[in-house]
Amino acid sequence: MAYKHSTPATAISIDNTSTKRRLPTWLFIVILVVALVLLYFISNNHLVRMIAPYAISYTIPMLMTALGGLYSERSGVTNLGLEGLMLVGYFASALTIKMTEQTGALAVLPLGLLMGFLAGAVFSILHAFASINLKADQVISGTAINMLASALTVYLARIIAGSGNVRIVKIIVRKDIPGLSNIPVLGPLFFTQSYWSTWIAIAIWGISWFLLYKTSFGLRLRACGEHPSAVASAGINVYGMRYFGVMMSGALAGLGGGIILVTYSGEFNGSVAGLGFLSIAALIFGQWKPLGILGSTFFFGIATTIANVSMVIPQFGVIPPVIFKVFPYVVTLLALVAFSKNSAAPKAAGEPF
Amino acid sequence: MKIQFKSNAFVIALSAVILGLIAGGIFMALIGSNPFEGFLYLFKGGLMNIERVGNTIATAITLMLVGLSVSFAFKTGLFNIGASGQMLVGGLCATLIAHHLFIPRPLYLIVLILAAIVGGAVWGVIPGLLKAKFNVHEVVATIMMNWIAYWSIFYFVPAFLKGPSLETESKSILFEQSLRVKWLNELFGGSEYVNLGIFVAIAAIIIIKFILDKTTLGFELKAVGANRFCAEYAGIKVNRNVIISMMIAGALAGLAGMTFYTGYSRNMQIGVMPSMGFDGIAVALLGASNPIGVFFSALFFGMLQSGKGFMNAMTDIPPEIADTIIATIIYFTATSVLFKRLWDWVAKKMSDIVAQKGGK
Repeated sequence: MAYKHSTPATAISIDNTSTKRRLPTWLFIVILVVALVLLYFISNNHLVRMIAPYAISYTIPMLMTALGGLYSERSGVTNLGLEGLMLVGYFASALTIKMTEQTGALAVLPLGLLMGFLAGAVFSILHAFASINLKADQVISGTAINMLASALTVYLARIIAGSGNVRIVKIIVRKDIPGLSNIPVLGPLFFTQSYWSTWIAIAIWGISWFLLYKTSFGLRLRACGEHPSAVASAGINVYGMRYFGVMMSGALAGLGGGIILVTYSGEFNGSVAGLGFLSIAALIFGQWKPLGILGSTFFFGIATTIANVSMVIPQFGVIPPVIFKVFPYVVTLLALVAFSKNSAAPKAAGEPF
Repeated sequence: MKIQFKSNAFVIALSAVILGLIAGGIFMALIGSNPFEGFLYLFKGGLMNIERVGNTIATAITLMLVGLSVSFAFKTGLFNIGASGQMLVGGLCATLIAHHLFIPRPLYLIVLILAAIVGGAVWGVIPGLLKAKFNVHEVVATIMMNWIAYWSIFYFVPAFLKGPSLETESKSILFEQSLRVKWLNELFGGSEYVNLGIFVAIAAIIIIKFILDKTTLGFELKAVGANRFCAEYAGIKVNRNVIISMMIAGALAGLAGMTFYTGYSRNMQIGVMPSMGFDGIAVALLGASNPIGVFFSALFFGMLQSGKGFMNAMTDIPPEIADTIIATIIYFTATSVLFKRLWDWVAKKMSDIVAQKGGK
C-alpha cells in the first residue's frame, strides 16, 4: 500500500525528498531560539511541570511503536498490525512479570519488557510470512494480526491467569535523575519523575536513527522500501531485509506495549485503546522520519495528557476534552492532504517484491 | 475425455474456513479441552432451538450489512476498514432519533433508516472525497475516521444521552421505539434480540445485487475496481465512482449500526469499538464479495458469535475462541495463494492420473 499516487519511478534515487524539503539553516536557528525561550517561560508554570512527566509517559509507548512502523515501512512492508503487536507485547510482559514477581528479583521488570519485545517479534513473523513470502494483501494480513492478537491474548489470559485481566504488583518507580533534574529549564520538564524505561526507549530511538541513516545496512534497508529491484540487483537479499524490518516493528511495538504495562497501566486489560493506530498516525504525521516521529508522538502525547487531565484541572476545562482526543487523527488526515502531492512515504511500501 | 480440475474462489474460501476451524480446535486442545465437545457446544449454542436460531439471525443481521459494506467497497477496489466508525455514527444518528422522535411507527421507521443511512454515508464519503481529491489512501483515512468517531461518541453519549445508572452507556431506547417487535420475537420462540433489521438486511442485499448486476452505476463501479486506468480510458469518471462507492459503503455500515444499537442492544456503550466492523471484513472475504455469498457467510459467523456464550458455559473454553477462529480465517484468506498453489498442485496430479487412466 502506498499512500500516494503510484506513478512509475523515473530515476533511482534514495530518499530524495529529505534534501528537497530541508529547512534553511537560519530558519532552523530561529525556531530553536523561539522554542527555547518558550520552554523557559512555560517551565516555570506549575501546570506544565505537573503534566510534563505524564506527557512523556504517554509518548514513549507510541514512540517505540511508531519507530517499529518506521522500520517496517522503510523496508517496504506496510504494517497495520501494530495495534495487535503492541497488545501481544503488553500481554507477554504482564504474564512474565506476574509469574516471576514473587521472587522479588531486580530483573523482573527488565525481563518482562524483554519478553514483550521478543513476543512481538515472534508474532510479527506471521505478517512477514504473509506479506513477503506469499505476497498477500498486507492490509488484510495486518487486520488479521490485530484481530488475532486481541482474541488470542484474552483467550490465553483467561486460561493462564484465570480472568481477562492480568494485574501486576511491581511497576517502575518514578525517580528524579540526580544532577540532571537540577538543570534550570530542562530539568523540571524532562528529568524529574521519570521512568528508567523512558531512557532506554530514547536510546533505542537514537540507535535506530544511527542504524537507518548512518550505516550501509540502513541505506540498504531504506532502499528496499524505495526500489527493491535495484537493491536485489546489487546482490542484497530483499526478503531478509524486509523480514528484519517487519520483525523489528513487531519487537518495538511489543516493547511499547510492555512499557504501557510497567509505567502507567499496571494491568493487562485486553486492549491498548487505539495506541497502535495512533502510532501509525504519528508515523505518517512525522513523514516517515525518526526526528519527525519523535516530534509527532510527543505532540500526540501532550494532546492525550491534556484530554485525560482536563477533567481534574479547571484551566483545561474550558476546551472540551474531545477536541484533544480527536486532534491527532484530524491533523494526520490534514497532513495526508497537505503532503499528498509529494509524499515522503516509501515508494514501494505495501508492494510485494 | 480430459477432465480439468481447477481451484476457484469458493474452494479457497472453504479451505480458509476449514483451516480456521482446525486452528480453533488446536487452541481448544492446547488448553486441555476436547475440541469436538467444544465445537459441538459452539454449534449447539447457535442452533440448538428456535430461540437460539433467532439470536444467531440477530447477530447475523449486523454482520450481513457490514459485510455488504466492505464487499461493496471491494468491488470498486477500495478497502473499507472504517465500517466500525460508520456503524458508530449511523448508530448514534438512529439512537438520537429513537430517543427524540415520536411519530406514527411506519413513518418513524423510515426516518430512522434514513438517519442511519445519512450518518454512515457522511462518515464514509469523507475518506472517499479525500481519496478522490487528494489521493489519500482510504485505509489510513478510514482508520482515522474510526477513532474520530470512537472518541466523539466517548464524550457525546455521557453528555447528551446519559443513562440513569451507568456512566459508560446511554439510556435504553423504549421497546416501542426500537427495531424489536413482539410478533418477530414470538416467532423465534422468545428470542429477544431478533429485530426488524432482518428485513433491512435482506432488502439491502437485493438492492445492492441489483445495483451491481443490472445498472450502469454498478458496471462503472466494478470497472473502476477491475482496472481504474482502463476505466478512465473508457471515459468512466473514476473519482466520482470512488466517492459514490465509499458513500454507499458507509451508508450500509450506518444501517448495520442502526440494527445493532437500536435493535440488538438498545443502547450505546462508550469506549467500545464495535468488533463487527472488522468481523465484516471476514464476512466479505468469505462471501467472495458477492451479496449472496455475504448472506450465507454472515449467517455462519453469526452462528459462531452467538454460540460462544453457550460453549463457554458448558466447557472451560473461553468465548474468545470464536474471535480467534474468525481472525484465523481472515489470515488464511489473505494467504490464500498458499491454498491456490496446493489445490492447483492436487488438481494437476488428479488430471494426470485421469489422463493416464484414459490413455490405457
